[in-house]
Amino acid sequence: MVNFISKYAGKINPLSLKEYKDRGGFQGFEKALFQMSPSEVIDEIKDSNLKGRGGASFPTGLKWQFVAAEGASEKYVICNADEGEPGTFKDQVLLEGSPMQIIEGMMIAAYAVGATKGFIYIRGEYSKEQVIFKNAIEVLRNEGYLGKHILGQDFEFDLEVRSGAGAYVCGEETALIESIEGNPGRSRFKPPYPPQFGLWGKPTLVNNVETLANIPLIISGGAEEYKKYGTASSSGTKLISVSGNVVNRGVFEVEFGTTLREIIYDICGGIKKNKQLKFVQLGGSSGACIPESLLDLKLDFNVLKKHGIGLGSGAILVVDEETCILDFIKMTTKFFNHESCGKCTTCREGNRHICKIIDRIIHGNGAERDLRLMIEIATIMKESSLCGLGQAAPTAILTTLKYFNGEYMEHINGFCRSGVCHPKGEVKING
Amino acid sequence: MAKLKVYIDGQEIIVDENTTILEAAREINVDIPTFCYHPDQKVKGNCRICIVEVEGYNSFVAACCTPVRAGMVIRTNTKKIRESRKLILKMILANHHGECLSCRRNGNCELQSLSQELRVQENDLDQFVEDLSIDRSNPSIVRDSNKCIKCGRCVEVCHDVQGVGAIYNINRSSDMKIAPAYNKDLCEVQCVYCGQCINVCPVGAIYEKDDTEAVWDAIEDSKKHVVVQMAPAVRVALGEEFGMEAGRIVTGKIVSFLRKIGFDGVFDTNFTADLTIIEEGNELLQRIQQGKNLPMLTSCSPGWIRFVESFYPEVIGHLSTCKSPQQMFGALTKTYYAEKVGIDPKDIIVVSIMPCTAKKTEAQRPEMTDSGYQDVDIVITTRELARMIKQSGIKVDQLEEEHFNNPFGISSGAGAVFGATGGVMEAALRTVYEVVSGEELEKIDFENLRGIDGFKEATVEIGEVVVKVAVVNGLKNAKMILDLIKEGKADYHFIEVMCCPGGCIGGGGQPIPSTNEVKEKRINAIYQVDLTSALRKSHLNPVVKTLYEEFLEKPLGEKSHELLHTHYHDESEE
Repeated sequence: MVNFISKYAGKINPLSLKEYKDRGGFQGFEKALFQMSPSEVIDEIKDSNLKGRGGASFPTGLKWQFVAAEGASEKYVICNADEGEPGTFKDQVLLEGSPMQIIEGMMIAAYAVGATKGFIYIRGEYSKEQVIFKNAIEVLRNEGYLGKHILGQDFEFDLEVRSGAGAYVCGEETALIESIEGNPGRSRFKPPYPPQFGLWGKPTLVNNVETLANIPLIISGGAEEYKKYGTASSSGTKLISVSGNVVNRGVFEVEFGTTLREIIYDICGGIKKNKQLKFVQLGGSSGACIPESLLDLKLDFNVLKKHGIGLGSGAILVVDEETCILDFIKMTTKFFNHESCGKCTTCREGNRHICKIIDRIIHGNGAERDLRLMIEIATIMKESSLCGLGQAAPTAILTTLKYFNGEYMEHINGFCRSGVCHPKGEVKING
Repeated sequence: MAKLKVYIDGQEIIVDENTTILEAAREINVDIPTFCYHPDQKVKGNCRICIVEVEGYNSFVAACCTPVRAGMVIRTNTKKIRESRKLILKMILANHHGECLSCRRNGNCELQSLSQELRVQENDLDQFVEDLSIDRSNPSIVRDSNKCIKCGRCVEVCHDVQGVGAIYNINRSSDMKIAPAYNKDLCEVQCVYCGQCINVCPVGAIYEKDDTEAVWDAIEDSKKHVVVQMAPAVRVALGEEFGMEAGRIVTGKIVSFLRKIGFDGVFDTNFTADLTIIEEGNELLQRIQQGKNLPMLTSCSPGWIRFVESFYPEVIGHLSTCKSPQQMFGALTKTYYAEKVGIDPKDIIVVSIMPCTAKKTEAQRPEMTDSGYQDVDIVITTRELARMIKQSGIKVDQLEEEHFNNPFGISSGAGAVFGATGGVMEAALRTVYEVVSGEELEKIDFENLRGIDGFKEATVEIGEVVVKVAVVNGLKNAKMILDLIKEGKADYHFIEVMCCPGGCIGGGGQPIPSTNEVKEKRINAIYQVDLTSALRKSHLNPVVKTLYEEFLEKPLGEKSHELLHTHYHDESEE
């Protein structure tokens, strides 16, 4: 465990500019503003090899460069604080504990890309955090850190808090933009991407809370110093939210390169009641279900990619042997069937077909044909859906079908090894 | 613009950057199937039917919304693509009330064609067809959500083209529906009944209320004297329903058919269009003289009237008080005509054939009873006329062409051009110019007022006044003008507004498809009708003259006010 980007959270009064500055706050911004050109800031971020922490792990510096390259006079910086991925609560720690760090990140970003206006889109359920941010913005405005002529320089930036009504899809950047515009949260097709055509059609930078929290530290300490954390392909640290059947649940900051096994058994104290681990779902409900045999995988974008796994938001859901795979998948699919925006065919229709098939299998009315159909539908959702929600929704199904296919077959044959489901069919334990 | 080289199914093609894969493929005649795509609308990317493979990508991309990149290697027709498209289509079908045989769009349905094209032979998916109630709450439009495939075309036309916003996506995921707010019925929201949503619906989820049975019943009722009028836009579109090229003029065949099935009088709405010009032209002159309620706005498009009443009640005073030609016809038939033929108006049934769904509602307005009876009894659309022809077993293409009956069968080319955007204005200018100046108008074709553009303007010197006019079509464009009027910035004398894009030829009751390409052909045909007319100015119509001599006395006279003019109401929600 490390205390790098989480070093302020819980240690200072989140609304005290003095306490934040006493511990090094705003050094990054001041360095950028007084000593660096916008393009030098972008180069520094690119050098740091920082990748987006929201789930898609896109290189942050490159994204900034895209926005900076656009000629428009009006550009926006948006902080995506719509932390809606089930099992993910790491941004909340930063939002509550260190709002000025995030705002500083946004200010540096705005300086680098040439934006004067920002929005922080905070999840509807995070009402406390919305209040904290409104207050933090007020403090910074009064102290001359937001508004016109910031710190006496020819740089202007201000931001507003926005929020939706809690739709999961609004965490998807284009749906988020729609929501800020006052429309229902439905994803746009891409391209054009937000750096070219974002909020109100203007070039827009959308970064996750945790990504932005890295920025002041990269600028103040330099990219080289930053890269001492993590691995060659994945520099820095990651906030992980651990939940499920582990002894210690919560948010932890770890360096890239830490293995899942270290996280679960060293940091989190192992499985509750010393039970057997069944699988780990990495990255929230849209993430892969990884069996015990792969626990030595390192948190590293390249390593995971080789196994076709994404780190996602960094949520780690630990599931013990008593959980039934089908029951778990039922919950996951129900979630996506509830949260799909309904815009594209594959996501709107796919989820409910899968729900129905899972239901059939759970009740012992499934057939092998259902498995085939489910794979077909899950695959088409992954390959043809309009946005990340639909593309990632079937990840848990596809990975459990890969690693726990036997349990699906057992249910089809009328047996649930966890005793959770009550299949009506014939029991053929050795069938 | 930079050029890019891409490869589609092994064929090399050079296209402009920003070309989509779909457009690039069409350039080399590779037909990628589409579904939510509509040539006159924004790209939506919803349905995912147009997916293709791109080398190096690990998932499909939708061809409609993906721009090409240099060197892209695209495959549009592999086994994997064919099967994936089929599965997507099966998902759509699993949520579609697929009773094709009884469906209004049987034989003209994009979902049917696509199912054939992609060879869907059986659907092994679970079916999710709900049993939602069908909204028949109003006289014009029926909505059957059980057939809706959520392409979003109707929503786009209602919001972005018409600026009405009567329907929207409600709920989300598989509960998503297209409906008025709070799932109300159409009659409870401010729908103007223009029917543009019908024209873009790929399936039978929205359609006109069918009144053909009432027409058959009327004709069969031997105690009734049943007359019919036909609007100018019908004759240039009906042929499309019978496989003819868009823009074929089939006036004589329709007249012949209508007479054959038993109508007692077959008349032309173009006649009352001429009459409208006389009344409206004089009204304009009066307003110019008095400097009151200018600019004057035309009033023949009932969707437009509802729009003003619902959203801009403060502008009502600018509307011409003239009834639409349809309603003038009804009022005159049950008075002047009834007297002339010696039939009690209670025994007369007036049927209209209109390109328009809003006309059905217009006929039922409580004011439209100045004859002492409901002036127009039954309104059917061009599509319903086609349905009647098909039902009758009469081969319309083989019918001899016949002429309209007198007296309301003589009309000018000026009456005919009412069917196209700019037409009412052009007809009015032809007449107003000559009435005011006493000179003959030499160049009577106002070409700059023609065409499908949403906004056109012109100035014409008439006597001592330089008359400034504008023409708009589509309610979103009308909104722009209305806002100018509200701000006092519209320095026009006269503005023609047609609710539907392209004018009546693009009405909500016209044959489907009704794309811009088709509409342009219909418009050309309308001007062809004008050009080949013996008379081209409304005030030269001899029957109109006789009508004033025998019955109305003078334009804007007492009788005119009683029968040919109307008033409007504030129908806004506040």
